[in-house]
Amino acid sequence: MSILTILFYAIALLIIASTAMAVTRRNMVHAVLYLVLSFFGTAMLFYLLGAPFLAALEIIIYAGAIMVLFLFLIMMIHLKKPSGMFFSVEQLLPAVGISLGFFIVSTLLLGQDAMRWQPMAAAQADPADFGAYLFQTHWLAVEIASMLLLVALVGAYLLGLRARRTNRSVEEAAS
Amino acid sequence: MIVPFSHLLILSTLLFALGLFATLARRNLIMMLLGIEIMLNAGALAFVGAALRWGQMEGQAVVIFILAVAATEVAVGLAAIVGLYRQTGSIDPAMERVAIEEGGRH
Repeated sequence: MSILTILFYAIALLIIASTAMAVTRRNMVHAVLYLVLSFFGTAMLFYLLGAPFLAALEIIIYAGAIMVLFLFLIMMIHLKKPSGMFFSVEQLLPAVGISLGFFIVSTLLLGQDAMRWQPMAAAQADPADFGAYLFQTHWLAVEIASMLLLVALVGAYLLGLRARRTNRSVEEAAS
Repeated sequence: MIVPFSHLLILSTLLFALGLFATLARRNLIMMLLGIEIMLNAGALAFVGAALRWGQMEGQAVVIFILAVAATEVAVGLAAIVGLYRQTGSIDPAMERVAIEEGGRH
């Protein structure tokens, strides 16, 4: 029982607790803040599992960019009357069943293989080595991912433009 | 020596199940998108654990692409939610059914 093992279980508990709090909050700002805590915990786990560069990226992109984007959107949208938090019971019960069933079945499947129960040796991937590996072995995939991000930028801009245009035409029709 | 690989997989499965629950059950488009984020994050955690288990950087390289896909999905999804909100004034995924049940008074 080394210090790394204790740290792993403590952080795992933190992640599960904060994610469970996030998915059950009624206030969306609280949910996003709990999720930021969960992503910080995931970044610590990445560091523990030997990926310091990915830990930094997790904090910068997930907690820093994506969650702040969610916060901006939540503050932009004024919800007048919050409708029910969950769907009606005939849809909520299957959702709970599917999630629980997925968890139970995959846990049972994981328990089948005794090989996986040996502790892993700690290792660390140097960021420089990781960068060289990524750009030497997966250069085409990196290019495709950058094209995907460009397409997303243009797509999000177009969607926003179209929404504004329809909004304006509705206002002109009303006045 | 740290934890067994299966403990890590169980953790990421639990996170995935929580994200699945948020996506299926929350009656709010933003919370559904957050659930998809949680699921992608759980997958990334499993990939990093597999990279450590087999001592290869392949798994860590996949996490980079997961991050790119997550950023893409959030950008387009949030833009679509803003468009929907500007058109209908609501981000309720059950809006269509409510409108039908109310006899088209929406």
